[in-house]
Amino acid sequence: MSSATTVKFALVDSWVVAKRDLIHWLREPVRVFANLAYPIISVLIFGLVFGSAMNVFGGGDYIEFLLPGMFGQTIAFGVGTTLMMVSMDADRGVTDRFRASPMSQTGVVAGRSIADLVNSSLELLVLALCGLVIGWSFHDGLFNAMVAFALFLWLRFALVWVGIYLGLLVKPEAAQASWMFLFPLTMFANTFVSPELMPGWLRAVSEWNPLSSTVAAARELFGNPGVGGDSWAAQNSLLLAVLWPAVFVAIFWPLSVLKYRNLSR
Amino acid sequence: MLAEGLRKRFDKKPALDGVDLAVPAGTVCGLLGPNGAGKTTAVRILATLLRLDGGRAEVAGFDVAREAPRVRRQVALNGQQSTVDDVLTGKENLVMWGRLYHLSKRQASARADELLEQFGLTDAADKRAKHYSGGMRRRLDLASSFIMRPSVLFLDEPTTGLDPRNRGEVWREVKRVVAEGTTVLLTTQYLDEADQLADQIVVLDTGKVAAQGTPDQLKSKLGGDRIEVVVRTAEELPVVRDVLGPDAEVDSDGFRVSAAVVDRVAALTRVTSALAAKGVEAEDIALRRPTLDEVFLAITGHKAEVRA
Repeated sequence: MSSATTVKFALVDSWVVAKRDLIHWLREPVRVFANLAYPIISVLIFGLVFGSAMNVFGGGDYIEFLLPGMFGQTIAFGVGTTLMMVSMDADRGVTDRFRASPMSQTGVVAGRSIADLVNSSLELLVLALCGLVIGWSFHDGLFNAMVAFALFLWLRFALVWVGIYLGLLVKPEAAQASWMFLFPLTMFANTFVSPELMPGWLRAVSEWNPLSSTVAAARELFGNPGVGGDSWAAQNSLLLAVLWPAVFVAIFWPLSVLKYRNLSR
Repeated sequence: MLAEGLRKRFDKKPALDGVDLAVPAGTVCGLLGPNGAGKTTAVRILATLLRLDGGRAEVAGFDVAREAPRVRRQVALNGQQSTVDDVLTGKENLVMWGRLYHLSKRQASARADELLEQFGLTDAADKRAKHYSGGMRRRLDLASSFIMRPSVLFLDEPTTGLDPRNRGEVWREVKRVVAEGTTVLLTTQYLDEADQLADQIVVLDTGKVAAQGTPDQLKSKLGGDRIEVVVRTAEELPVVRDVLGPDAEVDSDGFRVSAAVVDRVAALTRVTSALAAKGVEAEDIALRRPTLDEVFLAITGHKAEVRA
């Protein structure tokens, strides 16, 4: 097969696999609800219910502070979705069928990434609209705002690889339990509360949490409050928001490929 | 399809320990064996899903280790689990696989319609697969394996968990594709399934070939049907053994005597009247086919070990 047809079929295969996932998403009302309603409800709970009791370190409106954190949490939760889908496909023998077929093996994972990125983009869009309604906004121009969203999707792309690797590693039952770990991981960060207000050790954890870097960078790009901090991580959030996902990709891409190949061990 | 000395270990335990197979094109080979005998492992190796630790195998003329991509274009795998996508309709499932086998959109759609027709699913084409019955799902799953008219089809326990009517439907489809020239490697735990479909049966036991031959050859090796008499008291046991002949075997509970018979109904009459003449009133007298356990007892000399 020539390399042109290889590329063409890789693209076709990716799209076919992505389309399958997107159809799933559209046809299962429960998942649409879970994916879209949860962030909206959280914004309402944290923004409007707890919001009045919350302080932003360094001053500023809590809803303005909260939205980038919510974007971040939604993106981080995406790893659970990827993990679940990958482990279900493996468990049901779909992965085996893919592997025993002539389809491009790149297509399997590329399709996964496309579907997950489309899914997450929609979630970000809905959240952003919801935020605009209750008083969040971006203040440094549309271009900077787009860069911020791009950073979130860059993190999401990196997490696709984490999800694929873990999904090939565990059974669906265990995949379900991943939420137990994801939830605290998205909270021990600057997502909902400024790390400056946390006890020392937790503050360090939160400041160095990769999610915090993306969220802090986004706050800066949106012109939202809560930016800054004394630590190196907090001061170089933009750099880290690019680097952390790159590190994830560098580790989990080869691990996933290796794991996928080793399915035939 | 040809395999020589297939070897595979999992965590140092041999799963396949030197298995030879030779399946002529256009025939059905049934791999029979209990759980853990190595049936699925053999299929996964031949379908390029597992690497060999030793030996060599050729499928459709290509080496599974060195020419895996070529093999994949010739084979279809139908595993134990259904890969039918519940959320998609029957047609969408087939179109998806058609696209993944690199048909154009139009070709994939046309082929899907053809297959739905062949497998009697046209009426359910636009229904989501989650509303399908067990047999319909199985048929859809099979249909998706035939998109490319594979020259070799691997069926891994195709009817496990299906009711008799649905099993019959699956068997009919398998016979149809074999008539069209497809070579089939079938694994099963059911003797009657291998009997119905296979030209050749290979019995695997703990990773080795324990016996092989045509279904008839294997059956005559087993001695066919058995007559079984259940007695009321232990005193009647010797009488019954006399009637049943020198091969009679007494079950471990001591009340059940059985022996191989050839002339089924005649034997039943003979035994019944002989027992009546001797004044023995049996609790139960019945003819039955050998069970899979007896196949293994007869062939391997030990009971089928059930491993998960």
